[in-house]
Amino acid sequence: MRYFSPHSAEEAVEALASGPFTILAGGTDVYPSLRDRPAPADILDISRIAELRGIEHSGDCWRFGATTTWTSVARAKLPPAFHGLQAAAREVGSAQIQNAGTIAGNICNASPAADGVPPLLSLDARVEILSPQGRRTVPLSDFIKGVRSIDLHPGELVTAILIPDIDARSAFLKLGARRYLVISIAMVACTIETAADGRVKAARIAVGACSPVARRLPGLEAALAGLPMEGGALAAAVRSDHLSVLSPIDDVRADGAYRREVVEELVKRALQQALGSAREMAA
Amino acid sequence: MNKVMSLDTALAVMPIALELNGKAVQTHVQPARRLSEVLREELGCRDVKVGCNAGDCGACSVLIDGAPVCSCTTAAAQVAGRSVETLRGLVETDAMAADLKAAFEKHGAAQCGICTPGVMVTAAALLRSGEALTETVVQDALGGVLCRCTGYRKIIDAIMDAGGVLAVPETAGPAADVDAIVGAPIPRLDGLPKITGTEVFGDDAAPADALVVRVVRSPYPYAAFSFGDLDAYRRRHPGIHLILTAKDIPGKNCFGVIPPFADQPVFAEGIARFRGEAIAAVAGDADTVNTLDFGLFPILWEERPPAMTVSDALSPEAAQLHEGRAGNIMCRGLVKKGDVEDGFASADIIVEGSYSTGFIEHAYIEPEAGYALRVGDRLEIYGCTQAPFMDRDSMAEIMGLAPDMVRVVPTACGGGFGSKLDISMQPYMGLAAWILKRPVRITYSRIESMQSTTKRHPSAIDLKIGATRDGRITAFHFRGDFNTGAYASWGPTVANRVPVHASGPYLIDNYLAQSRAIHTHCPPSGAFRGFGVPQSAVAQEQLFDELALQLGIDRLTLRRLNALRNGQPTVTGQVFETGVGIADCLEAVQPAWDKALEDAARLNAEAEANGSPLRRGVGVSSGWYGCGNTSLPNPSTIKAGVRPDGTVVLHQGAVDIGQGANTVITQIFAEALGVPLTSVKLLGADTDITPDAGKTSASRQTYVSGNAARLCGEALRAKILRLGNVSEQARIRIENGEIHLIDGSERRTVAIAEAMPANAEGYVLVAEASYDPPTSPLDKNGQGNPYAVFGYAVHVVELDVDLALGTVKLKKFTAAHDVGKAINPMLVEGQVQGGIAQGVGLALMEEFIPGRTENLHDYLIPTFGDIPPIETIIVETGDAHGPYGAKGLGEHVLIPTAPAILNAIRHASGAKIHHLPATPAKVRAAIRAAQQK
Repeated sequence: MRYFSPHSAEEAVEALASGPFTILAGGTDVYPSLRDRPAPADILDISRIAELRGIEHSGDCWRFGATTTWTSVARAKLPPAFHGLQAAAREVGSAQIQNAGTIAGNICNASPAADGVPPLLSLDARVEILSPQGRRTVPLSDFIKGVRSIDLHPGELVTAILIPDIDARSAFLKLGARRYLVISIAMVACTIETAADGRVKAARIAVGACSPVARRLPGLEAALAGLPMEGGALAAAVRSDHLSVLSPIDDVRADGAYRREVVEELVKRALQQALGSAREMAA
Repeated sequence: MNKVMSLDTALAVMPIALELNGKAVQTHVQPARRLSEVLREELGCRDVKVGCNAGDCGACSVLIDGAPVCSCTTAAAQVAGRSVETLRGLVETDAMAADLKAAFEKHGAAQCGICTPGVMVTAAALLRSGEALTETVVQDALGGVLCRCTGYRKIIDAIMDAGGVLAVPETAGPAADVDAIVGAPIPRLDGLPKITGTEVFGDDAAPADALVVRVVRSPYPYAAFSFGDLDAYRRRHPGIHLILTAKDIPGKNCFGVIPPFADQPVFAEGIARFRGEAIAAVAGDADTVNTLDFGLFPILWEERPPAMTVSDALSPEAAQLHEGRAGNIMCRGLVKKGDVEDGFASADIIVEGSYSTGFIEHAYIEPEAGYALRVGDRLEIYGCTQAPFMDRDSMAEIMGLAPDMVRVVPTACGGGFGSKLDISMQPYMGLAAWILKRPVRITYSRIESMQSTTKRHPSAIDLKIGATRDGRITAFHFRGDFNTGAYASWGPTVANRVPVHASGPYLIDNYLAQSRAIHTHCPPSGAFRGFGVPQSAVAQEQLFDELALQLGIDRLTLRRLNALRNGQPTVTGQVFETGVGIADCLEAVQPAWDKALEDAARLNAEAEANGSPLRRGVGVSSGWYGCGNTSLPNPSTIKAGVRPDGTVVLHQGAVDIGQGANTVITQIFAEALGVPLTSVKLLGADTDITPDAGKTSASRQTYVSGNAARLCGEALRAKILRLGNVSEQARIRIENGEIHLIDGSERRTVAIAEAMPANAEGYVLVAEASYDPPTSPLDKNGQGNPYAVFGYAVHVVELDVDLALGTVKLKKFTAAHDVGKAINPMLVEGQVQGGIAQGVGLALMEEFIPGRTENLHDYLIPTFGDIPPIETIIVETGDAHGPYGAKGLGEHVLIPTAPAILNAIRHASGAKIHHLPATPAKVRAAIRAAQQK
């Protein structure tokens, strides 16, 4: 049984080379997954690595350290493009979970209902990964491969989430059967970049809990490009066939048909909400 | 790789130094152990409570460097060098925590108290943050802590009050005046230990040297099994002292709350009948037993096809669960009055419907826990329970001991709601302690608690009602099947109670109600706040709305028209000349109803005009409930004595599971004796020292044990008055070992120690009194007087339905309850609010599915943000039998809630939800169905 709590990412990666470890940060997924079984034998606790924590802006990129907590994300002073991500941060579990749970933990757990994934997808986030061979980055959309399945090889450690610095509006909506501590029935995140002529330069829409991995809606994104921001044109452009990439299932929280139906409505509302924040900005 | 700490055995420990409640401490523990466990077991912080071990309930919240975090999902090593604060530290040193403490007491914000440490710690962090408090800010901050008792509203009030932003009139403090004890909103007498974290719950009592026992359970709903090499398993784990199976039981391997139906084995023998059933148990050193992976326990399983639903179990091919219960039908219930066919023949209109509800989990935040001790040839059981004497008698049978050789001492109970009436963990720790002759403790995990303890019965109900065109009910035919699970538990009670109550509190001359309890391979269904009546109300009250809509009669008016009144017979033919309070409750909500309907009409017109998807709905429902056992003896006994120093000691055995019996029974006793509350010292419950006050169940403690307390107080008063030979009107004051008797102008003083010698128990005066409700058996048609007292209730709810999403946002409850006489109005409000919260869960989100929702993140109960403001209207019609006219209340409080919500959803959206819970998906589907019509 080993418990290693290094102070640098380099040490952590060195340790990983010595054999498999359960990587522990906030603990909000590691411990619940034990159910009534004992703690895992070998644990690499990355919570004391200062370089993995915190939010930095440099050049054209925002860097969210892997162990940045959701509370830190929610409280950070960030531009409007991140308001959707910040709204999602406030919906993760509860204050207790947000104080411990981390941004990289949420994506590495690879739950179909991870609250952080849709907004990160809508921000074109990339995942920074460290190994003895060096650093690589991979788009988040490729990093999460399936339910509980990620593109992380033995010996690798996620060190950060990288997000391009864009001027955009954003929103996030979560639908659940109670107010707090709730696993989503469906989630929608949207990011809308505006061109100088007041039309949509680019829109990115992601939906969670309606497919094994949260999905962008490329058909809708294409349809929104070039539309005027005002007058309800965006919401009016949403069609049910834009959702064909989703594959919602029946589970204890809702049936698939319901998910498909409400996602369309949630997408419309998210778009309106993102524009609402745009209007507030203008005022 | 020398930087990587490499340790050889699973027991390897490391030193961890931290600042705990302001003091530097060090402990040597396995680094990955949950912080919650290390705080409780190694660092003496039993004020940290463990509810789920999964971050789902927040009971274990502590402040790490000032921020609230679940200590159950934190590794011990992660707090090395950091500051950890728990409730006890906070209330000792933090001024804001002191404000919270005072406010929680004043508002009655703690009921059972098991969630209170998590709530207080989180609230302290909020107050420290300096954030301006609003209701939403408090809800957002506290949303990670679940409470199953209070309905959250009094907690929100208390936090706002502590933060100085609550504008409400001050509630009264402890009553100094003897005349004001009954009827005064006195803070609960056992409140302070709950609020400061010193209360001792089931898992807080065990001595440090106790061994640990854990139960091995069936992973299958139905399977045959045999054991592999148990000795080899034991040898592989040297810390195991004992493996227990059915053959180790000295008495009967059988228990049950209703003796003629007792059928549940302590350990299954060869056949497991539900997932989670106990197969074996392992006792030994904590470090060994707590880290065993039971996936490796040597059992050979042979799975068989289970019958999980009533229809499965009734099919001719279904496996038969118990001999002598043909077709898996355990029992039936019947109430028949008048001629239902004649009633339908004379009806102008007939409405019918089918309704169903699922398993509901009690979800108290305290999983079952306790410890057992062998003292010579006696066995002592300490733990959470609702029924100490029933536990004692069951344990005596299992152990092959005489009942007086077993002592049951209830700890504080972190919520029960019916499930802790049945024994659960007691036999495993009792058996291990008996054989090993050492103290043995047990702590159920959340998962095993949910898998193995009783649930609310799923129901499938067909209901048909006939009425005249002016709205008078002429006939009522109810048929209900209840999934009673693998063993009997309280299934017979549900089968009996439902036909008596299914009418609701209405005058119905032609009535037929038939029920069946049917075995399946599911966890045993048992008692849960209302014993089946909340399920039948879901059908009856929704069908009343259908009737009102079809007849074009206002829904409240229809209920007022049919409400039972004094002097009219119930469906069992029972006639109450006084105290039938339903009409009073319906009248009491009329202003709220009228205003809510007006508001809804205005809001919906606005919503339609501006394209909003929200629609306001208003719903109403009645409820009634008979207090105490149905037609069966149900006595309570209360004893009190006076010590030579003048202390009045009340032996109060009515277990307080958070509802307030310790306070209410003492108020009644002090009122009857005629002394201030401060003169009374509480003792109990403990089967060695308190007489049997029955079980905490069936809304009986205020009424039945309250009457015993009243009689006991009166008897003791008479003895004291005789000492001074003064009249009945004399006032009693006890001070400094002297009794002062003031009778008009006459004053007598009796020096107690000199007046008479103390008995063996140390009392100079003793009184004991019993009370048993006057009931009579039901005849073959279910006619008779099943209860001496009924309580009545009406709830009105206002809510918004999002037509596009099917989501429901509750806005307000107005709850009128006829409690006869409110002994303590603050505790009445607490019961009403907490019951409504459970009714909200039943209506909107709760469904236990064996194997799928066995934790508190898949099984949803309402959170801090799900319960709207609740206005409680206390109706006091008095009662012919209740102490000072008081009736029971504990179960009445959730019976009308779910149907009121469902009726409001329909009013808002047209959606008829007959099959609960009304999740967003079901509401949306029902809206679509309504729109297509």
